[in-house]
Amino acid sequence: MTWLYNVLNAFGEYCTFLWSVISIPEKWREFFKRYTNEISKLGLDSIPLILIVSLFIGALCTILIKLNINNPLLPRYSVGMATREIILLEFSSSILCLILSGKVGSNIASEIGTMRVTEQIDAIDIMGINSANFLVMPKITGLITIMPFLVIICMFTSLLGGYFVCVLTAIVDVDTYLYGIQTSFTPWYVWFALIKSLFFAFIISSVSAFNGYTVRGGSVEVGKASTRAVVVSNIMILFTDVLLTKIMLQ
Amino acid sequence: MIEVKNLEKSFVEGDSTRQVLFGINANFYDGKTNLIIGQSGSGKTVLVKNIVGLMTPDEGEILYDGRDITAMNKSQLKALRKEIGMLFQGSALFDSETVMGNVMFPLKMFSTMSREEQMERAQFCINRVNLAGSENKFPSELSGGMQKRAAIARAIALNPKYLFCDEPNSGLDPKTSIVIDELLSDITHEFGITTIINTHDMNSVMGIGENIIFINKGHLGWNGTKEEIYDQDNDDLNNFVYATDLFRDVRKYRLVHGYNRTRHTK
Repeated sequence: MTWLYNVLNAFGEYCTFLWSVISIPEKWREFFKRYTNEISKLGLDSIPLILIVSLFIGALCTILIKLNINNPLLPRYSVGMATREIILLEFSSSILCLILSGKVGSNIASEIGTMRVTEQIDAIDIMGINSANFLVMPKITGLITIMPFLVIICMFTSLLGGYFVCVLTAIVDVDTYLYGIQTSFTPWYVWFALIKSLFFAFIISSVSAFNGYTVRGGSVEVGKASTRAVVVSNIMILFTDVLLTKIMLQ
Repeated sequence: MIEVKNLEKSFVEGDSTRQVLFGINANFYDGKTNLIIGQSGSGKTVLVKNIVGLMTPDEGEILYDGRDITAMNKSQLKALRKEIGMLFQGSALFDSETVMGNVMFPLKMFSTMSREEQMERAQFCINRVNLAGSENKFPSELSGGMQKRAAIARAIALNPKYLFCDEPNSGLDPKTSIVIDELLSDITHEFGITTIINTHDMNSVMGIGENIIFINKGHLGWNGTKEEIYDQDNDDLNNFVYATDLFRDVRKYRLVHGYNRTRHTK
């Protein structure tokens, strides 16, 4: 039962941490400066990675679906349609956020963890500033703000990856692919992905910040916290994904 | 003045409790360099962290000019912290900010000054710690001594009433240590700050110590001035003070010549 106690204890500490994060910033001007900086650092700097990953995943989806749909009863445009559904429902939000939790999550945890072990957080506290709010609030709000845009970029690029495969390999006729990705389109799926991404952005930023903020020790502990942040974020993303899919699609 | 009354602090470690501070009573005076000395692990840092409110004592009172920090609510504590400057052992400068950015930080957060006035004040503090010319350097580009000076400039930016320094000489060569000690001493007298320095460096004690508090295994071991520290009939204190050959030689020299050093000589 020790593990259960530890999990509940950590969850309690996480809630207490969030309680100190969610408060009115000391200076709005300083908050907005940090907020825009975090949007740039956590979001805009991730765009190259998103473009590369999305392009290849979109291409792979198209190839694999084509290879596995050989039934003559299925229309040829179903390749484009299935690619679109996979990208909208799962890849552009959940898988993208799992990938981003590795990049953004470890970045947040190691940055805040290093600040903790080098007493920079103590220096902020001693000045009478709520360090949790000052450091973490801009990261959470920044990532939540930019995440829907990243998801839209991911959706577009993934479908473009499929398109390039069709153009370069003629695995599927381009017009058929384009017809497929437009057939039986459900706009709600786009909203579904965008809404999910907001939850995932909150999980990535808050869980990673919590793991960094509560580091005790030295650089080894910062490394461990960074790894723990990614693992816990991924588990929570998957759990929330199942929960939200059940609630929003059924 | 800061008064510490009957301060006790313990930590829970697994199923057991380890007491670190045992009923500490001490006074830290205005406009003086108050030094907390003792061996590593004696409880000095825990004492300082309790005094500044980074830790909560189990028992006792900590009075800042009569205001008990242990009984303060969040807003009172926040107000008090604006009167406190702190120099950390590792300097704790913000890596992402330049020297100017670090010194400007408390001014941006709390002062009502215009940006030009903030810059002026920051520049004054930087000049005061002899760091002029390094305003645009990042902490990683500074030597250990320069980082300490930058941290002192940040600590005094808001004109604090109380200045805490945790091991200000750690990792510094003897000459730079003297520079930092004298800077702290000069700032203390110039601005009338209550300075509390946590150290185990006997050179600092003999150089700038005006009110010395010796902590031994969590207890108050001795309290007095540097003039008195040489001739105490206190084994724990003497074991600490005369731990090095240099100070054993100083003791012999004093017995012969009656020499009494008052400040570091450059």
